[in-house]
Amino acid sequence: MFNSERIVKTLLFLASAVVILVTAGMVYSLTSGAIPVFKEFGLRFIISSEWNPTEGREVYGALPFIIGTLLTSLIAIILCFPLAFSTSLFIGEYYRGTRMASITGTMVDMLAGIPSIVYGLWGFYVLRPLIVALGWSAQGFSIFTAGVVLAIMIIPYATSITTEIIKMVSNDLKEAAYSLGATRREVIFNVIVPNARSGIFTSYILAFGRALGETMAVTMLIGNSNMIPKGIFDSGNTMASVIANQFGEADGLKLSALIAIALLLFVITGIINGIGKLIVKKYSV
Amino acid sequence: MKNLIGIITVALLLSSCGNSSNRGNSSSENVSLTAAGATFPLPFYNLAIKNYSKSAGTLLTYGGVGSGGGIRSLKDKVVDFGATDAYLNADQEAEMPAEIVHIPTCIGAVVIAYSLPGIEELKLSNENLTDIFMGKITNWNDSRIKESNPGVTLPNLAVTVVHRSDGSGTTYIFSDFMSKISADWENEVGRGKSLKWPVGLGAKGNPGVAGTIKQTNGAVGYIGSEFAFAQKIPVAQVENSAGKYVMPNLASISAAAKGEIPVDTKVMLTCSTDPDAYPISGFTWLILYKEQAYNKRSKAQAEETVKFLSWIIEKDAQALAQQVNYAPLPEKTVAQAMELLGSVVFDGQPLLK
Repeated sequence: MFNSERIVKTLLFLASAVVILVTAGMVYSLTSGAIPVFKEFGLRFIISSEWNPTEGREVYGALPFIIGTLLTSLIAIILCFPLAFSTSLFIGEYYRGTRMASITGTMVDMLAGIPSIVYGLWGFYVLRPLIVALGWSAQGFSIFTAGVVLAIMIIPYATSITTEIIKMVSNDLKEAAYSLGATRREVIFNVIVPNARSGIFTSYILAFGRALGETMAVTMLIGNSNMIPKGIFDSGNTMASVIANQFGEADGLKLSALIAIALLLFVITGIINGIGKLIVKKYSV
Repeated sequence: MKNLIGIITVALLLSSCGNSSNRGNSSSENVSLTAAGATFPLPFYNLAIKNYSKSAGTLLTYGGVGSGGGIRSLKDKVVDFGATDAYLNADQEAEMPAEIVHIPTCIGAVVIAYSLPGIEELKLSNENLTDIFMGKITNWNDSRIKESNPGVTLPNLAVTVVHRSDGSGTTYIFSDFMSKISADWENEVGRGKSLKWPVGLGAKGNPGVAGTIKQTNGAVGYIGSEFAFAQKIPVAQVENSAGKYVMPNLASISAAAKGEIPVDTKVMLTCSTDPDAYPISGFTWLILYKEQAYNKRSKAQAEETVKFLSWIIEKDAQALAQQVNYAPLPEKTVAQAMELLGSVVFDGQPLLK
C-alpha cells in the first residue's frame, strides 16, 4: 500500500498538476475577462492608439502601451548588452577564479536583489535630474529614462547565465585552440562565443522578458501619458504600468480592457520566449 | 472563475456575518464593523475610527481601497458601509441590490499646486486653468497668465502639467470643475475618475503628483487639499463663480456648502455661488443600505452602524476632521444628514435614537 516509490510518484504528479492548473486557470480567467473589450472593439483594441477612460466616451486601444513596452525593453537590452557581456567575459574567462572575479560576481548578483522600488527612487532623484541637466528631455520623464533603469535591472540576469555558459565551454577545445597558437582574444571570439551562442542568446531573451514585465520602477520614470511617444525622450506608458496605475478604480469595460492588456502582455512574452527557443534550437551546437 | 470567486466570497461573508451576529447578540459592546472605500478622506476616517473605538469599544476597520472599490464592496454586501468621493448616479444606484443612503461626512477640495521658484502668490483665472490643462498655454510668461497676476514677474519657463495616473475621486472633482468652467473641456475631455488628458505627465496618488511637481521647475498640477495643507505645498488662488480669487483654506472650502443643498445631499460643490467659496470643493460620503436587515446582520450591528455615522457628522468628529485638514460640514448639512440617517431602518423600524 504505502510503497515509497508510489508515494513519491503521486506527490510529483500532484505538484506538477497544480502548476499546470494554475497556469491554465490564469489563461482562462484572463481570456474570459478580456472578452467584453474584444467584443466591443475587436482588433481595434490592439491597433488603435486612442485610450479614453471617460465615462460615456470609452474607447480603448492598447497600441501606445504595446509600443511603450517594446521600446523601453529594447532600449534596456541594447544598453545592457555591452555591459553584461563584457562582465560575463571578465568573470567567466579573463579573471576566472580570481578574487576580483568573485567580488564582481557578488556585486552583480546584489543588483538582482535590489527591490524595483529602490531602482525607481534612484531613477527619480538621480537619473532624472541628470537627463534634465543634459537637456535631453524637459522634465526627465521619458521612455529613455525608464529604459536606462531597466537596463541596469536586467544586467544581473543576463550576466550570471552568460557567465555560467561561458564557463561550461570545454577546456579541451580552448586548449586545442591555444596549442595552435591562438591568442586569448581569438579563443574568446572564435571558440568560446560560437560554442556558447545559443546559451548566451537564451540569457538575453530571459532578460528581455524580465524587462517587458517590470512595473514599479518604470511607472515612476516613464511619465504615464497614455499616448504613443513621439520619440525616446518623450513620455509614454507601458502595459504593466498602466495596469498597476488604473486597476484600482476600474470596473466594467475598463477593467476588461486592463485584463486584455494583461493577456496581451502574457502573449507577447510567450511569443518572445518562443522565438528565443526556435533560435536556440537552430543555432545550438 | 468569476463565479467561483463569487461563491468563495459569499461563503466567507456568510460565515463572518454569522460569527459577528452571534457575538452581537450576547453583548452589543463587541460588535465589529467593516467599511471600505475612498482614500481621499482616509486620514479623517482613520483618526475618527481610532477615537470612536476608544470611547465606544466598537471594533471598526476601514479599508482605503478607492471609491470604486467601496461601491463594489457595498454592492457585494461584504462591508457594513462604503465610502465614495463621487455620489452614485441613477444608473449606479439602479445596479445596487437595494436602496442606499448617502451621508456626507466632511468637505475636501482639490488645490492647484505649482513649482515656480521665487513666486509665492499665483492667481489663476478660469481661462488660465483651461488653457494650461488643455495645453494652450505652454510657457509661464504667457501674457494671459500675466493678465491675472499684475505686478508679478513670471519666468520664461515651460509649463509642465502633472495629473493623476491612477483613477481617483480627486480627478473627478477637478474634471467636474473644469467641465463647469469650460465648454471646450466638457466636449473634449469631460469628467471622470480618469481622463484622456490632452497634455501632461501622470503620477500615482497625491504623493506622486506632489513629488513630481516639487522636483520639476515650472510644474503645475492638482492635489487633494488635505495632502497639500499637511505638506505645506504652495497652491494657487483660483477664480470662483463670483469672479473673486480665493485661496483654499478650511473656511473657504466649508463656504462651498453654504448654498442650497438637495435633500439627498447628492450634489457636486464645485463652482459654488457663495462669494467666499473656494470653487473646487466637494463632499465625501459614506453609503449604506436603507434597510439594514440583510445577510443575517444582527440588529446590534445595524444599530452600531447608524450610531457611528451619526457620531461622525456631529461636533466632536467634525473637530477631528479639521485637525487633519478637512473642512467641517455646515450645521444645515449636519441636520440634513441626520434626517437621512433617520430614514435608515431595521426590519422597517428606524434605528436612529
